[in-house]
Amino acid sequence: MFDWLHIAVPPAPLFFAQLLVGLINGAFYAMLSLGLAVIFGLLNIINFTHGAQYMLGAFCAWFLLNWLGIGYWASLIIAPIVVGLLGIAIERLLLRHIARLDHLYGLLLTFGLALIIEGIFRQQYGSSGQPYTIPPELQGARNLGFMFLPNYRAWVILASLAVCLATWFVIERTRLGAYLRAATENPVLVRAFGIDVPRMVTLTYGGGVALAALAGVMAAPIYQVSPLMGSNIIIVVFAVVVIGGMGSILGAILSGFALGLIEGLTKVFYPEASSTVIFVIMALVLLVKPAGLFGRAA
Amino acid sequence: MNASPSERSGTGPTAVWLWTAGLIALGIAAPHFLYPVFLMKALCMALFACAFNLLLGYVGLLSFGHAAFFGGASYITAHAVKVWGLPTELGILAGVAVAAALGLVFGYLAIRRQGIYFAMVTLAFAQMVFFFCLQAKFTGGEDGIQAVPRGYLLGSIDLNQPLVMYYFVLAAFLFGFAVIVRTINSPFGQVLKAIRENEPRAVSLGYRSEHYKLLAFILSAALAGLAGSTKALVFQFASLTDVNWTMSGEVVLMTLIGGIGTTLGPVVGAFLLTTMENYLAQAGSWVTIIEGVIFVICVLTFREGIVGVVAPYVMGRRAHPEPIEVEEPPPVKIRETAAEG
Repeated sequence: MFDWLHIAVPPAPLFFAQLLVGLINGAFYAMLSLGLAVIFGLLNIINFTHGAQYMLGAFCAWFLLNWLGIGYWASLIIAPIVVGLLGIAIERLLLRHIARLDHLYGLLLTFGLALIIEGIFRQQYGSSGQPYTIPPELQGARNLGFMFLPNYRAWVILASLAVCLATWFVIERTRLGAYLRAATENPVLVRAFGIDVPRMVTLTYGGGVALAALAGVMAAPIYQVSPLMGSNIIIVVFAVVVIGGMGSILGAILSGFALGLIEGLTKVFYPEASSTVIFVIMALVLLVKPAGLFGRAA
Repeated sequence: MNASPSERSGTGPTAVWLWTAGLIALGIAAPHFLYPVFLMKALCMALFACAFNLLLGYVGLLSFGHAAFFGGASYITAHAVKVWGLPTELGILAGVAVAAALGLVFGYLAIRRQGIYFAMVTLAFAQMVFFFCLQAKFTGGEDGIQAVPRGYLLGSIDLNQPLVMYYFVLAAFLFGFAVIVRTINSPFGQVLKAIRENEPRAVSLGYRSEHYKLLAFILSAALAGLAGSTKALVFQFASLTDVNWTMSGEVVLMTLIGGIGTTLGPVVGAFLLTTMENYLAQAGSWVTIIEGVIFVICVLTFREGIVGVVAPYVMGRRAHPEPIEVEEPPPVKIRETAAEG
């Protein structure tokens, strides 16, 4: 009589395992779309290099481990700083010169940069991934009764949540964040008040890029460190950003996690659609609320 | 994107027809000097870039997902000709029709957003098509559709002869090019340019900008599909490369390097990039790296593109470096049928 239940309700371990995978993906979507949103707010460009910078973060951690013997925890700090400094150089040397042009040129320039960075790493390391072991402190798993939760994955979810909330706090609740938001609204006026907006722009870009690199380091033990890891994820993140709308920081975080979860659930119920479900949702959101779920109408 | 001065000064209708005549002569003579397969590939890419430029150069819409139409059509044509056994011309028609239909759906959704969002939305939709082609049964996954028969045009002309195939591709290119030139010089095209320059003003003049944008998008998608279908027949092969986001990026680069919003720019850009890829075919990822460098250089210092810089000199209209914009007077009445070219 209840035969159909077996079809409709998948076995619990599979269900929770995919839910976890979804949550992990969502954590990375959230961190990346957060960085994109912050950069977009102040620089008005979509940072196409974001995926490449995420990949750079992962590779940076890999270099630190294999060349210098520096482990995961130090990499969590060093890699974002290194990649962030690289981002600052990109902003100073390249992006600054096209700030007055049509914003689409920013997209094209960062797209070109992404091609360069990815091409260099593909030339060097091919398309296959390099393994990065989970730090010893976080190996193993704990039994939650209904499923096994690997410690590292739990750490990624908690840490990314913390990073997202900290970013939200800085932007929405501190004086620095208030300057930032003001400069987003009207940079000329904020400059007139004696705040160094160009430096803020540089630091914001560096910060957004550092966030991507941090996500990359955290992703290294889960996905393999591969030159293609950035371009695989960045297009999905773009869709996440379109769905959430870039108007709000909290919106970027929420839609990142939510869409990761939805993607995970789709893998349980209709695996064929799991790689396209986010794009379908994007189409629906465009139909119903073109400005995005949390966005303001342009 | 803003119009380059060259577009205002360099590409009047007469000049374009003069150049087109030269281009046709060059196209007819070319296979006797150059490798036909290279020329055919370059012509397909040129048509693709021209179709893309119709949107970016004349409506100001940057689509980052044109590979969906190009690659999608190439799959459909390959499948229709190989598995269904359709005649070549019907196979191409099927590819173009599917590309146009995709253009209708994606365009309808994408034009709800502008600027950067438009680019991201089109990119995301194209990625959806990519995943579909990766998973669908008929596309053959990583292998693609191989050994696609070229068949006989109209039942009698053997397309397996390299020269015959070449002239067929040239004809397809010229047809697409003529449609585009006709479109941008029609009253419909004038409205497109008006929307590019100042959409709110065009709307306030009573033009329903959404309709114009959508029609332009569909036309661009259909022509990109024609390019993709033709390419599938040239190489007798449809693969994931043509539907990948890198292909979308490549067509942007071709247009950028040749000159956004110039009639001949995309053609020049396509030939340049195809030549480069030809020479660097063995160099692996260096092609990607060099493409990235060209992107950066073009955006930083060379935004007018080759034709944008050269055309004013060639046309002998360099009297004023920044000519005052003299457009045709706005059309009194717009007929929707003007889009047909």
